[in-house]
Amino acid sequence: MKPINPFIQNMPQSGIRKFFDIVSTMEGVISLGVGEPDFVTPWPMISSAIDSMEMGKTSYTSNLGLLSLRQEISKYLVKHIGVEYNPDNEILITVGVSEAMDLLMRALICPGDEIIVLEPSYVSYKPTIEMAGGVSVVLPCYEKDGFLPDLEEMRKLITSKTKAILLNFPSNPTGCVLNKEINQKIYDLCEEKDLYIISDEIYDRLTYDKEHESILQIKGAFDRTILLNGFSKAFAMTGWRVGYACGRGDIIKSMMKIHQYTMLCAPISGQYCALEALRNCISLSDEMVEEYRQRRNLIVKGFNDIGLKCHKPQGAFYVFPSVKDFGLTSEEFCKQLLYEAKVATVPGNAFGECGEGYIRCSYATSKKKIIKAIDKIGEFVSKAK
Amino acid sequence: MDIRDKIIKILHEDARTTDAQIAIMLDIEEDEARKIRKELENSDIIKKYSVVIDSEKLDEQPVFAFIDCKVTPTKGVGYDDIAKKIYKFPEVHSLFLVSGVCDLRVVVKGKTMQDVAFFVAEKLAREEGILSVQSSFLLRTYKSDGNLIFEEPKDERLQVSP
Ligand SMILES: Cc1ncc(COP(=O)(O)O)c(C=O)c1O
Repeated sequence: MKPINPFIQNMPQSGIRKFFDIVSTMEGVISLGVGEPDFVTPWPMISSAIDSMEMGKTSYTSNLGLLSLRQEISKYLVKHIGVEYNPDNEILITVGVSEAMDLLMRALICPGDEIIVLEPSYVSYKPTIEMAGGVSVVLPCYEKDGFLPDLEEMRKLITSKTKAILLNFPSNPTGCVLNKEINQKIYDLCEEKDLYIISDEIYDRLTYDKEHESILQIKGAFDRTILLNGFSKAFAMTGWRVGYACGRGDIIKSMMKIHQYTMLCAPISGQYCALEALRNCISLSDEMVEEYRQRRNLIVKGFNDIGLKCHKPQGAFYVFPSVKDFGLTSEEFCKQLLYEAKVATVPGNAFGECGEGYIRCSYATSKKKIIKAIDKIGEFVSKAK
Repeated sequence: MDIRDKIIKILHEDARTTDAQIAIMLDIEEDEARKIRKELENSDIIKKYSVVIDSEKLDEQPVFAFIDCKVTPTKGVGYDDIAKKIYKFPEVHSLFLVSGVCDLRVVVKGKTMQDVAFFVAEKLAREEGILSVQSSFLLRTYKSDGNLIFEEPKDERLQVSP
């Protein structure tokens, strides 16, 4: 038979998937490897979605998504980051940020265009860029810089083919956040070189020491920035599959065309659930954020106390400690930790080469389990040293 | 939420959380955590630390019943007099004044159903001022004081995900 697409066949499997396969064969594991909230969607939101179903709201929605939801998102963003999008043509509701990212890459990239990706990075970016016919160009970020981009290095990577820079702050996997000063510098560079800015701000509400600072707050950024966000993390809605993209009308229109032919619309019940989230459940999201903040403090102190050096991340729900002192690769460390201490983590190299020497630990799990995991890891590292 | 409320919430979830752990979670000094906890205890906001028990797992399972009583309040002191008489019985596990058809809701704990029935018929119902009683036996506890009892929700998430 004729071969199926070799490009896809040869695409490497995600490093996370490999670990998942090992962990799923084991019993009694405490997992710090989970990239989604441990909270169930807040009940008022579930209840509101159930109401919508009972009222027979089970159809497709407009391709752009429910107008009421787009209006709420517009209001929310004005309040949250002070940027106003027109709900009629500048906001598109998608099946999570995942779909929004795919649509955007396909809408933006001409064959061979380069997208600069900051590593360590979320695992889906590179494949999504490459499946859209683009080339991902890696800008490694280092612990010595707090995992923030070095602008001079960024400048060196820009060629005539560069189309956009992809940002994800607060970051998965490092948890670090951007500030106004760096945002300004990134924007200035993108302005100078005429580049788009893709900003995946899915962890925007999960910041612990200061308010989230979006690159969209930089004057002039609106026209060249596409904001991607969603409800998965801050509202514990991963399974409902609702996200959104905001940007210039012509960009949203192109994304909408692909969405219209490939997806039609995001699930309607999820959209009603998200509507309730923005209308009445911000305080419930805040409660979850407070819980994450306490867990972050607990895990950072715990890790440093047992000799697992780690900086204090200001956002998302991950810590990214260094394991360089143990003479093992990230993967070896994670495997041994899993087999010997029954604690699952994710090797840093799953997020790019410069993640080697680190492991990602999620604190989207109860304090009780975090404390237990720290004890077990402590025992393991005291033997490993 | 102010810091006191945060500490109450933490202790409510796990009363054995240490001052040191509270201090780390809330990014405050251990002395301050201790001070606030002591204040909460001294001012009787935290009355005591207790345990949540799944009595279905015990060898001997106590029997609980909710007894809703209609009563005639005494002049001047309202329901307090009769409430004080009732809560002195060791069989009375908790006691509430409630609105609606009944006045007092008595939660009675006994070793057997007979014990409870005997207490209600022979002691409680005979108290002066009690007009009528209606008893319901507890069959199963799903949630108590904010804690899920019957079933801990299982973590259904994939154990490793992006
Ligand atoms: C940085 C980042 N972007 C996007 C996603 C996907 O989110 P969604 O559930 O909205 O598709 C994730 C999920 O882990 C993520 O960490």
